[in-house]
Amino acid sequence: MVDYGAGNTHSVRAALSRLGRTSEVSNDREALLEAPFVVLPGVGSARSAMVHLHETGADVALHERFSSGGPILGICLGMQLALETTEEDGGVAGLGLLSGHVTRLTTPRVPRLGWAMVEPWNEAYYFAHSYAGESPDTVARSEGVSVAVRNGSFFGVQFHPEKSGPAGLNLLEQCLSPA
Amino acid sequence: MPLARLIPCLDVAYGRVVKGVSFVGLRDVGDPVELAAFYSAGGADELVLLDIAATPDDTETMTSVVVHVAEVLDIPFTVGGGVRSVADAMRIIESGADRVSLNSAALANPALVTAIASRYGSQAVVVAIDAGGGVVHTHGGRVATTTKVIPWAIEAAERGAGEILLTSIFHDGQRKGFDLELTGAVRAAIAIPVIASGGAGSAQHVAEALAITDAALVASIVHENPAGLPGLRRELESLGVQLRPVKERV
Repeated sequence: MVDYGAGNTHSVRAALSRLGRTSEVSNDREALLEAPFVVLPGVGSARSAMVHLHETGADVALHERFSSGGPILGICLGMQLALETTEEDGGVAGLGLLSGHVTRLTTPRVPRLGWAMVEPWNEAYYFAHSYAGESPDTVARSEGVSVAVRNGSFFGVQFHPEKSGPAGLNLLEQCLSPA
Repeated sequence: MPLARLIPCLDVAYGRVVKGVSFVGLRDVGDPVELAAFYSAGGADELVLLDIAATPDDTETMTSVVVHVAEVLDIPFTVGGGVRSVADAMRIIESGADRVSLNSAALANPALVTAIASRYGSQAVVVAIDAGGGVVHTHGGRVATTTKVIPWAIEAAERGAGEILLTSIFHDGQRKGFDLELTGAVRAAIAIPVIASGGAGSAQHVAEALAITDAALVASIVHENPAGLPGLRRELESLGVQLRPVKERV
Protein backbone atom coordinates (compact mmCIF):
# COMPACT_ATOMS: atom_id res chain seq x y z
CA MET A 1 0.00 0.00 0.00
CA VAL A 2 1.45 3.30 -1.12
CA ASP A 3 1.72 6.05 1.51
CA TYR A 4 0.82 9.70 0.78
CA GLY A 5 1.86 10.82 4.23
CA ALA A 6 -1.81 11.45 5.02
CA GLY A 7 -2.52 8.81 7.63
CA ASN A 8 -5.66 6.78 7.27
CA THR A 9 -4.97 3.58 5.36
CA HIS A 10 -6.94 1.57 7.95
CA SER A 11 -10.03 0.78 5.95
CA VAL A 12 -8.27 -0.69 2.91
CA ARG A 13 -5.92 -2.69 5.12
CA ALA A 14 -8.86 -3.94 7.23
CA ALA A 15 -10.66 -5.04 4.05
CA LEU A 16 -7.53 -6.84 2.82
CA SER A 17 -7.15 -8.65 6.12
CA ARG A 18 -10.83 -9.70 5.94
CA LEU A 19 -9.85 -11.33 2.65
CA GLY A 20 -7.02 -13.13 4.39
CA ARG A 21 -4.30 -10.93 2.85
CA THR A 22 -1.47 -9.24 4.66
CA SER A 23 -0.45 -5.72 3.68
CA GLU A 24 2.22 -3.22 4.51
CA VAL A 25 2.47 0.51 3.92
CA SER A 26 5.66 1.41 2.07
CA ASN A 27 7.05 3.75 -0.56
CA ASP A 28 10.27 1.79 -0.79
CA ARG A 29 11.26 1.11 -4.42
CA GLU A 30 12.05 -2.55 -3.83
CA ALA A 31 8.76 -3.15 -2.00
CA LEU A 32 6.77 -1.40 -4.76
CA LEU A 33 8.49 -3.49 -7.44
CA GLU A 34 8.41 -6.85 -5.70
CA ALA A 35 4.99 -6.89 -4.01
CA PRO A 36 2.52 -9.18 -5.80
CA PHE A 37 -0.04 -6.37 -5.63
CA VAL A 38 0.12 -2.60 -5.02
CA VAL A 39 -2.75 -0.36 -3.88
CA LEU A 40 -2.81 3.41 -4.38
CA PRO A 41 -5.38 4.37 -1.72
CA GLY A 42 -7.92 7.15 -1.69
CA VAL A 43 -7.16 9.59 1.10
CA GLY A 44 -5.72 13.09 1.20
CA SER A 45 -5.47 15.88 -1.32
CA ALA A 46 -3.98 15.64 -4.82
CA ARG A 47 -1.10 18.08 -4.36
CA SER A 48 0.19 16.82 -1.03
CA ALA A 49 -0.11 13.22 -2.24
CA MET A 50 1.90 13.88 -5.43
CA VAL A 51 4.53 15.86 -3.51
CA HIS A 52 4.92 12.95 -1.09
CA LEU A 53 5.15 10.40 -3.94
CA HIS A 54 7.82 12.53 -5.59
CA GLU A 55 9.84 13.13 -2.43
CA THR A 56 9.88 9.41 -1.61
CA GLY A 57 10.63 8.33 -5.19
CA ALA A 58 7.42 6.27 -5.22
CA ASP A 59 6.33 8.02 -8.46
CA VAL A 60 9.31 6.59 -10.34
CA ALA A 61 8.89 3.15 -8.74
CA LEU A 62 5.22 3.09 -9.73
CA HIS A 63 6.15 3.89 -13.36
CA GLU A 64 8.70 1.08 -13.30
CA ARG A 65 6.16 -1.34 -11.84
CA PHE A 66 3.56 -0.29 -14.43
CA SER A 67 6.03 -0.73 -17.33
CA SER A 68 6.92 -4.22 -16.17
CA GLY A 69 3.24 -5.24 -15.92
CA GLY A 70 2.95 -5.38 -12.11
CA PRO A 71 -0.70 -5.00 -11.04
CA ILE A 72 -1.73 -1.72 -9.38
CA LEU A 73 -5.16 -0.86 -8.01
CA GLY A 74 -6.00 2.83 -7.60
CA ILE A 75 -8.88 3.76 -5.31
CA CYS A 76 -10.63 7.18 -5.46
CA LEU A 77 -7.78 9.74 -5.31
CA GLY A 78 -5.45 6.85 -6.21
CA MET A 79 -7.32 6.39 -9.49
CA GLN A 80 -7.33 10.13 -10.17
CA LEU A 81 -3.57 10.45 -9.59
CA ALA A 82 -2.90 7.81 -12.25
CA LEU A 83 -4.36 10.11 -14.95
CA GLU A 84 -2.42 12.94 -16.62
CA THR A 85 -3.67 15.96 -14.67
CA THR A 86 -6.16 17.02 -12.03
CA GLU A 87 -7.61 20.48 -11.53
CA GLU A 88 -7.76 19.88 -7.75
CA ASP A 89 -5.59 22.21 -5.62
CA GLY A 90 -5.21 24.67 -8.52
CA GLY A 91 -3.91 22.05 -10.98
CA VAL A 92 -1.55 19.15 -10.33
CA ALA A 93 0.23 16.77 -12.73
CA GLY A 94 -0.63 13.13 -12.10
CA LEU A 95 1.38 9.97 -12.78
CA GLY A 96 0.08 9.70 -16.34
CA LEU A 97 -0.24 5.91 -16.34
CA LEU A 98 -3.47 6.46 -18.30
CA SER A 99 -4.57 9.25 -20.58
CA GLY A 100 -7.26 11.51 -19.23
CA HIS A 101 -7.91 14.41 -16.92
CA VAL A 102 -9.64 15.00 -13.58
CA THR A 103 -12.11 17.86 -13.19
CA ARG A 104 -14.49 19.06 -10.50
CA LEU A 105 -17.84 17.28 -10.56
CA THR A 106 -20.80 19.09 -12.09
CA THR A 107 -23.41 16.80 -10.50
CA PRO A 108 -26.27 18.58 -8.64
CA ARG A 109 -24.77 17.87 -5.18
CA VAL A 110 -21.02 17.96 -4.54
CA PRO A 111 -19.48 16.05 -2.82
CA ARG A 112 -21.18 13.12 -4.49
CA LEU A 113 -21.82 10.98 -1.42
CA GLY A 114 -23.42 7.60 -1.07
CA TRP A 115 -24.11 4.37 -2.86
CA ALA A 116 -24.70 4.50 -6.60
CA MET A 117 -25.17 1.93 -9.33
CA VAL A 118 -22.17 1.24 -11.58
CA GLU A 119 -22.81 0.14 -15.16
CA PRO A 120 -22.38 -2.17 -16.99
CA TRP A 121 -21.59 -4.11 -13.80
CA ASN A 122 -25.09 -3.61 -12.34
CA GLU A 123 -23.67 -3.26 -8.84
CA ALA A 124 -23.88 -0.51 -6.18
CA TYR A 125 -20.71 0.84 -4.55
CA TYR A 126 -19.98 3.65 -2.10
CA PHE A 127 -18.75 7.00 -3.44
CA ALA A 128 -17.41 10.08 -1.64
CA HIS A 129 -15.85 12.48 -4.15
CA SER A 130 -15.85 16.05 -5.45
CA TYR A 131 -13.66 15.39 -8.52
CA ALA A 132 -13.77 12.73 -11.23
CA GLY A 133 -11.64 11.65 -14.16
CA GLU A 134 -12.58 11.36 -17.81
CA SER A 135 -10.48 8.91 -19.78
CA PRO A 136 -10.58 6.90 -23.03
CA ASP A 137 -9.65 3.95 -20.77
CA THR A 138 -13.01 4.12 -18.94
CA VAL A 139 -14.56 0.70 -18.36
CA ALA A 140 -17.52 1.60 -16.12
CA ARG A 141 -19.73 4.60 -15.38
CA SER A 142 -22.11 5.72 -12.66
CA GLU A 143 -24.76 8.32 -13.52
CA GLY A 144 -22.63 9.25 -16.51
CA VAL A 145 -19.45 9.76 -14.45
CA SER A 146 -16.35 7.72 -15.39
CA VAL A 147 -15.80 5.54 -12.31
CA ALA A 148 -13.47 2.75 -13.42
CA VAL A 149 -10.45 2.79 -15.75
CA ARG A 150 -8.11 0.11 -16.99
CA ASN A 151 -4.87 0.32 -18.93
CA GLY A 152 -2.40 -2.56 -18.95
CA SER A 153 -1.74 -3.59 -15.36
CA PHE A 154 -3.41 -0.51 -13.83
CA PHE A 155 -7.01 -0.75 -12.68
CA GLY A 156 -8.64 2.22 -10.97
CA VAL A 157 -12.01 2.75 -9.32
CA GLN A 158 -13.55 6.02 -8.16
CA PHE A 159 -15.69 4.33 -5.49
CA HIS A 160 -14.45 2.76 -2.25
CA PRO A 161 -14.57 -1.06 -2.51
CA GLU A 162 -13.31 -1.26 1.10
CA LYS A 163 -16.45 0.61 2.19
CA SER A 164 -18.89 -1.05 -0.20
CA GLY A 165 -19.98 -4.05 1.85
CA PRO A 166 -19.98 -7.53 0.30
CA ALA A 167 -20.04 -6.11 -3.25
CA GLY A 168 -16.82 -4.21 -2.57
CA LEU A 169 -15.07 -7.18 -0.99
CA ASN A 170 -16.07 -9.32 -3.96
CA LEU A 171 -14.48 -6.79 -6.30
CA LEU A 172 -11.28 -6.56 -4.23
CA GLU A 173 -11.05 -10.35 -4.20
CA GLN A 174 -11.35 -10.42 -7.99
CA CYS A 175 -8.60 -7.82 -8.35
CA LEU A 176 -6.33 -9.78 -6.02
CA SER A 177 -7.02 -13.26 -7.33
CA PRO A 178 -4.05 -13.46 -9.71
CA ALA A 179 -1.75 -12.05 -6.98
CA MET B 1 -28.33 11.38 -7.50
CA PRO B 2 -26.80 8.52 -5.55
CA LEU B 3 -29.28 6.14 -3.89
CA ALA B 4 -31.10 7.13 -0.69
CA ARG B 5 -29.22 6.27 2.50
CA LEU B 6 -30.59 4.84 5.74
CA ILE B 7 -28.22 5.67 8.61
CA PRO B 8 -28.65 4.20 12.11
CA CYS B 9 -27.21 6.43 14.86
CA LEU B 10 -25.65 4.93 17.99
CA ASP B 11 -25.35 7.10 21.08
CA VAL B 12 -22.20 6.04 22.92
CA ALA B 13 -20.86 7.03 26.34
CA TYR B 14 -17.81 5.57 28.03
CA GLY B 15 -17.60 2.81 25.42
CA ARG B 16 -21.21 1.68 25.75
CA VAL B 17 -24.34 2.22 23.65
CA VAL B 18 -26.66 4.16 25.89
CA LYS B 19 -30.00 4.62 24.18
CA GLY B 20 -32.62 1.87 24.57
CA VAL B 21 -31.38 -0.83 22.27
CA SER B 22 -33.41 -4.03 22.49
CA PHE B 23 -31.44 -7.20 22.81
CA VAL B 24 -33.03 -9.34 20.10
CA GLY B 25 -30.25 -11.22 18.34
CA LEU B 26 -27.43 -9.52 20.21
CA ARG B 27 -25.09 -11.04 22.75
CA ASP B 28 -24.21 -7.72 24.33
CA VAL B 29 -26.70 -4.95 23.60
CA GLY B 30 -24.37 -2.30 24.99
CA ASP B 31 -21.38 -3.10 22.81
CA PRO B 32 -21.11 -0.51 20.00
CA VAL B 33 -18.79 -2.75 17.99
CA GLU B 34 -21.21 -5.67 17.97
CA LEU B 35 -24.21 -3.44 17.25
CA ALA B 36 -22.34 -1.66 14.42
CA ALA B 37 -21.47 -5.00 12.79
CA PHE B 38 -25.07 -6.16 13.25
CA TYR B 39 -26.48 -3.07 11.51
CA SER B 40 -23.90 -3.34 8.75
CA ALA B 41 -24.92 -6.96 8.11
CA GLY B 42 -28.58 -5.87 8.20
CA GLY B 43 -28.10 -3.44 5.32
CA ALA B 44 -27.34 -0.07 6.95
CA ASP B 45 -25.84 2.23 4.31
CA GLU B 46 -23.66 4.09 6.82
CA LEU B 47 -23.50 4.52 10.58
CA VAL B 48 -23.15 7.49 12.88
CA LEU B 49 -21.55 7.07 16.31
CA LEU B 50 -22.28 9.94 18.61
CA ASP B 51 -20.12 10.30 21.72
CA ILE B 52 -22.70 11.81 24.05
CA ALA B 53 -20.39 11.93 27.06
CA ALA B 54 -17.48 13.55 25.20
CA THR B 55 -15.65 14.40 28.40
CA PRO B 56 -11.84 14.41 28.50
CA ASP B 57 -11.73 11.07 30.37
CA ASP B 58 -14.00 9.54 27.73
CA THR B 59 -11.71 10.41 24.80
CA GLU B 60 -9.47 7.40 25.05
CA THR B 61 -12.40 4.98 25.33
CA MET B 62 -14.08 6.52 22.28
CA THR B 63 -10.87 6.28 20.25
CA SER B 64 -10.66 2.59 21.07
CA VAL B 65 -14.33 2.13 20.04
CA VAL B 66 -13.54 3.82 16.70
CA VAL B 67 -10.55 1.52 16.11
CA HIS B 68 -12.61 -1.60 16.81
CA VAL B 69 -15.62 -0.46 14.79
CA ALA B 70 -13.30 0.28 11.83
CA GLU B 71 -11.94 -3.27 12.06
CA VAL B 72 -15.35 -4.91 11.71
CA LEU B 73 -17.19 -2.47 9.45
CA ASP B 74 -17.18 -2.55 5.64
CA ILE B 75 -19.49 0.44 5.28
CA PRO B 76 -18.62 4.08 6.04
CA PHE B 77 -19.10 5.60 9.49
CA THR B 78 -19.13 9.08 10.94
CA VAL B 79 -18.11 9.98 14.49
CA GLY B 80 -19.52 13.01 16.27
CA GLY B 81 -19.50 14.44 19.76
CA GLY B 82 -16.42 15.97 21.27
CA VAL B 83 -14.76 17.02 18.00
CA ARG B 84 -13.44 20.45 19.00
CA SER B 85 -10.15 20.77 17.14
CA VAL B 86 -8.21 19.60 14.09
CA ALA B 87 -6.32 17.30 16.47
CA ASP B 88 -9.60 15.68 17.59
CA ALA B 89 -10.60 15.14 13.95
CA MET B 90 -7.17 13.68 13.14
CA ARG B 91 -7.38 11.29 16.07
CA ILE B 92 -10.81 10.03 14.99
CA ILE B 93 -10.10 9.79 11.25
CA GLU B 94 -6.69 8.22 11.73
CA SER B 95 -8.31 5.68 14.07
CA GLY B 96 -10.41 4.57 11.09
CA ALA B 97 -13.56 6.72 10.93
CA ASP B 98 -14.50 8.01 7.48
CA ARG B 99 -15.94 11.30 8.61
CA VAL B 100 -16.27 13.52 11.63
CA SER B 101 -19.37 15.45 12.61
CA LEU B 102 -18.94 18.92 14.11
CA ASN B 103 -21.67 20.63 16.06
CA SER B 104 -21.16 23.45 18.59
CA ALA B 105 -17.42 23.59 17.92
CA ALA B 106 -18.10 24.57 14.29
CA LEU B 107 -20.55 27.23 15.43
CA ALA B 108 -18.01 28.66 17.88
CA ASN B 109 -15.14 28.40 15.40
CA PRO B 110 -16.32 28.09 11.78
CA ALA B 111 -12.69 28.07 10.55
CA LEU B 112 -12.44 24.56 12.02
CA VAL B 113 -14.66 23.29 9.19
CA THR B 114 -12.23 24.62 6.59
CA ALA B 115 -9.17 23.36 8.45
CA ILE B 116 -10.45 19.77 8.60
CA ALA B 117 -11.81 19.86 5.04
CA SER B 118 -8.52 21.05 3.59
CA ARG B 119 -6.70 18.20 5.30
CA TYR B 120 -9.10 15.33 4.61
CA GLY B 121 -11.47 16.68 1.95
CA SER B 122 -15.02 18.00 2.28
CA GLN B 123 -16.46 14.49 2.18
CA ALA B 124 -14.86 13.90 5.59
CA VAL B 125 -16.63 16.82 7.31
CA VAL B 126 -20.27 16.72 8.42
CA VAL B 127 -21.72 19.77 10.13
CA ALA B 128 -24.52 18.82 12.52
CA ILE B 129 -27.19 21.45 13.10
CA ASP B 130 -29.71 21.12 15.92
CA ALA B 131 -32.57 23.29 14.73
CA GLY B 132 -35.66 24.57 16.51
CA GLY B 133 -37.85 27.56 15.72
CA GLY B 134 -35.55 28.58 12.89
CA VAL B 135 -32.48 28.98 15.09
CA VAL B 136 -29.52 26.76 15.90
CA HIS B 137 -29.47 25.14 19.35
CA THR B 138 -26.44 23.93 21.31
CA HIS B 139 -25.83 21.74 24.36
CA GLY B 140 -27.83 18.82 23.00
CA GLY B 141 -30.69 21.11 21.99
CA ARG B 142 -31.13 22.76 25.39
CA VAL B 143 -29.74 26.19 24.57
CA ALA B 144 -31.10 28.38 21.77
CA THR B 145 -28.62 30.66 19.99
CA THR B 146 -29.40 33.67 17.82
CA THR B 147 -27.86 32.03 14.74
CA LYS B 148 -30.44 31.33 12.04
CA VAL B 149 -30.45 27.80 10.64
CA ILE B 150 -30.42 28.46 6.89
CA PRO B 151 -27.67 31.12 6.85
CA TRP B 152 -25.55 28.84 9.07
CA ALA B 153 -26.09 25.86 6.73
CA ILE B 154 -25.02 28.05 3.78
CA GLU B 155 -21.94 29.26 5.65
CA ALA B 156 -20.98 25.72 6.69
CA ALA B 157 -21.20 24.57 3.06
CA GLU B 158 -19.13 27.56 1.89
CA ARG B 159 -16.51 26.80 4.52
CA GLY B 160 -16.07 23.26 3.23
CA ALA B 161 -18.62 21.02 4.94
CA GLY B 162 -19.44 18.01 2.79
CA GLU B 163 -22.81 17.28 4.33
CA ILE B 164 -25.32 18.73 6.79
CA LEU B 165 -26.83 16.52 9.50
CA LEU B 166 -30.02 18.40 10.28
CA THR B 167 -31.87 17.50 13.47
CA SER B 168 -35.20 19.04 14.29
CA ILE B 169 -35.09 19.20 18.08
CA PHE B 170 -38.87 19.57 18.38
CA HIS B 171 -39.43 16.43 16.29
CA ASP B 172 -36.60 14.41 17.85
CA GLY B 173 -37.91 11.56 20.01
CA GLN B 174 -41.55 12.35 19.12
CA ARG B 175 -41.81 9.59 16.48
CA LYS B 176 -44.37 11.64 14.53
CA GLY B 177 -42.32 12.11 11.38
CA PHE B 178 -39.41 14.29 10.26
CA ASP B 179 -39.62 18.07 9.89
CA LEU B 180 -40.05 17.95 6.14
CA GLU B 181 -40.53 21.70 5.76
CA LEU B 182 -37.26 22.52 7.52
CA THR B 183 -35.36 19.75 5.71
CA GLY B 184 -36.65 20.87 2.31
CA ALA B 185 -35.84 24.53 3.02
CA VAL B 186 -32.26 23.80 4.13
CA ARG B 187 -31.62 21.43 1.24
CA ALA B 188 -32.92 23.96 -1.28
CA ALA B 189 -30.52 26.61 0.09
CA ILE B 190 -27.32 24.57 -0.36
CA ALA B 191 -25.68 22.24 -2.92
CA ILE B 192 -24.24 19.65 -0.52
CA PRO B 193 -26.24 16.62 0.67
CA VAL B 194 -28.50 16.80 3.74
CA ILE B 195 -29.26 14.04 6.26
CA ALA B 196 -32.68 14.43 7.87
CA SER B 197 -32.80 13.58 11.56
CA GLY B 198 -35.39 13.53 14.32
CA GLY B 199 -38.86 12.09 14.35
CA ALA B 200 -38.76 8.71 12.59
CA GLY B 201 -41.57 6.54 13.97
CA SER B 202 -42.44 4.41 10.95
CA ALA B 203 -41.23 3.34 7.53
CA GLN B 204 -43.71 5.83 6.08
CA HIS B 205 -41.97 8.69 7.92
CA VAL B 206 -38.55 7.60 6.65
CA ALA B 207 -39.90 7.25 3.10
CA GLU B 208 -41.35 10.79 3.28
CA ALA B 209 -37.95 12.17 4.28
CA LEU B 210 -36.05 10.20 1.65
CA ALA B 211 -38.42 11.51 -1.01
CA ILE B 212 -37.11 15.03 -0.39
CA THR B 213 -33.54 14.59 0.82
CA ASP B 214 -30.38 12.46 0.53
CA ALA B 215 -30.35 10.39 3.70
CA ALA B 216 -32.27 9.73 6.91
CA LEU B 217 -30.84 9.19 10.38
CA VAL B 218 -32.76 6.66 12.47
CA ALA B 219 -32.40 5.72 16.12
CA SER B 220 -35.21 4.25 18.24
CA ILE B 221 -37.05 2.85 15.21
CA VAL B 222 -34.13 0.46 14.64
CA HIS B 223 -32.79 0.15 18.20
CA GLU B 224 -36.07 -1.27 19.53
CA ASN B 225 -35.65 -4.14 17.09
CA PRO B 226 -32.18 -4.30 15.51
CA ALA B 227 -33.10 -7.51 13.70
CA GLY B 228 -35.89 -5.60 11.94
CA LEU B 229 -33.55 -3.47 9.80
CA PRO B 230 -33.80 -5.69 6.67
CA GLY B 231 -37.59 -5.62 7.08
CA LEU B 232 -37.57 -1.82 7.34
CA ARG B 233 -35.51 -1.64 4.13
CA ARG B 234 -38.01 -3.89 2.33
CA GLU B 235 -40.88 -1.71 3.56
CA LEU B 236 -39.10 1.42 2.30
CA GLU B 237 -38.56 -0.21 -1.08
CA SER B 238 -42.25 -1.11 -1.27
CA LEU B 239 -42.98 2.58 -0.58
CA GLY B 240 -40.91 3.50 -3.64
CA VAL B 241 -37.57 4.40 -1.99
CA GLN B 242 -34.56 3.37 -4.07
CA LEU B 243 -31.97 1.85 -1.75
CA ARG B 244 -28.82 -0.07 -2.62
CA PRO B 245 -29.32 -3.77 -3.28
CA VAL B 246 -27.72 -5.62 -0.35
CA LYS B 247 -25.50 -8.38 -1.71
CA GLU B 248 -23.96 -11.53 -0.30
CA ARG B 249 -20.26 -12.34 -0.40
CA VAL B 250 -19.48 -14.59 -3.38
